[in-house]
Amino acid sequence: MKNTRIKVAWVGLAAAVLLAPFFAARAAIESMLPQVPAKPCGTVTVAAASDLTFAMNEIAGQYQKASGCSVQLSMGSSGNFLTQIENGAPFDVFFSADIAYPKKLEAESLAAPGSTYLYAIGKIVLWARNDSGVNVSKGFSALQDSAVRKIAIANPAHAPYGRAAEGALRKAGVYDSVKSRLVLGENISQAAEFVESGNADAGILALSLVLSPTMKDKGRSWNIPENLYAPIEQGAVVVLSSKNQQGAKNFLEYIKLPETAALLARYGFARPANASSGGRH
Amino acid sequence: MNWQAVLLSLKLAICVAGILLAVGMPIAYWITFSRWRLKFLVEAIVALPIVLPPTVLGYYILVGLGPRHFAGKMSQSLFGHTLPFTFGGLLIASVIYSLPFAVQPFAAGFESVDRRLIEAAWTLGASRLTTFLRVILPLSVAGAVTGVVLSFAHTIGEFGVVLMVGGNIPGVTRTVSIDIYDQVQAANYDAADQTAVILLLFSFFALALIYGTNRRALSLWRGFK
Repeated sequence: MKNTRIKVAWVGLAAAVLLAPFFAARAAIESMLPQVPAKPCGTVTVAAASDLTFAMNEIAGQYQKASGCSVQLSMGSSGNFLTQIENGAPFDVFFSADIAYPKKLEAESLAAPGSTYLYAIGKIVLWARNDSGVNVSKGFSALQDSAVRKIAIANPAHAPYGRAAEGALRKAGVYDSVKSRLVLGENISQAAEFVESGNADAGILALSLVLSPTMKDKGRSWNIPENLYAPIEQGAVVVLSSKNQQGAKNFLEYIKLPETAALLARYGFARPANASSGGRH
Repeated sequence: MNWQAVLLSLKLAICVAGILLAVGMPIAYWITFSRWRLKFLVEAIVALPIVLPPTVLGYYILVGLGPRHFAGKMSQSLFGHTLPFTFGGLLIASVIYSLPFAVQPFAAGFESVDRRLIEAAWTLGASRLTTFLRVILPLSVAGAVTGVVLSFAHTIGEFGVVLMVGGNIPGVTRTVSIDIYDQVQAANYDAADQTAVILLLFSFFALALIYGTNRRALSLWRGFK
């Protein structure tokens, strides 16, 4: 017992000695920096579906410039964010890839009533690397090729893009022939990573990711006919427990501006019918 | 309750424990008895997975062993496919990831054997292999059991690497930890509850079993950490 105590004391002492220079350095650096006055509007914490990875970075950058407020982005799977917000995650705004999730939060009194906003409609494409030898211009029949051994989609169990992909494959009547070759990404970004890294031969991905600088020149895509899948209606909502309600509302208003809608369109999102009126869904 | 995922996790864990018993023993033996001056480098490499986040291993397997890099091309021509999204890929990742959990208790067991008994066996003309099988192993069985049980349990509990390189294929790479993650993401709390409780009980009883029957082995393990 006594021994243990002495050991603990030694470890504590060693940690203090090792860490002291870091704290000293930090204090020194902080004292040299000019004091930045606190921003009046604080920080807006945004949870956004991973299909928005590239578009949201640009939107957040522009918003910070325009408003002087800072935006903190967390990108991930919509289903995961839903679960996290239901369990008290400290997000101010939630951009879901499926409007059903914000609506669910509203129904559960976890989102500001009537704040759900349909900000975009997502599209899916069949995508393959240029060097994969898969000719995606043939559409789904390209997947029948035996050279296509793995096809990446997002997990239909909880990812909206995965559901759309599975729906399209079913409706086109090819689901049974590709089922055994599907690999499931935890979200649409991971599915894209599987194909982009060459581990999967083809994938059904979000148009918004395929148009991003990192993927644009690496592969070819085929637009999946929109009558093959239910529209991927994407909704945003203000989280009720947010400590920055005003900041959250301001950011959501910024999304409704025609300039922002145009930016989303550039990233391959279809503009919902209500976008110009800023109406609610 | 997804029995397919449970069975897959069990299969993976049994294979990993078996492979590590075969591969880990020689490594542990070498670490214990080698007098090479740079031995500490090998010890550091073996211990790496304890420190490295699973994302690092996952990243190397996905990208480094992907079809666009040399190692990936080699594995492609060797097995006909790349490692991600296959049971074999998970197996290799898990073996690497659990390596220290087998090797360290094995080595601790060997270390605890009285050196004089080993030398006595040698002077009586027993070969190194005979000495190992008839003297060292019986005297360090506690370490061997601990290593096998820990690598088995560690594999059951694996999540990060599998999430990164598995591709969530039912019956092939959808292990029980991934299944729970999926259920939580889809807000199927009932299904997640059931599986989580079973995993919790299993882990508790596995550890209780080693603590109860093998106090010596555990103290060897603690000596390492």
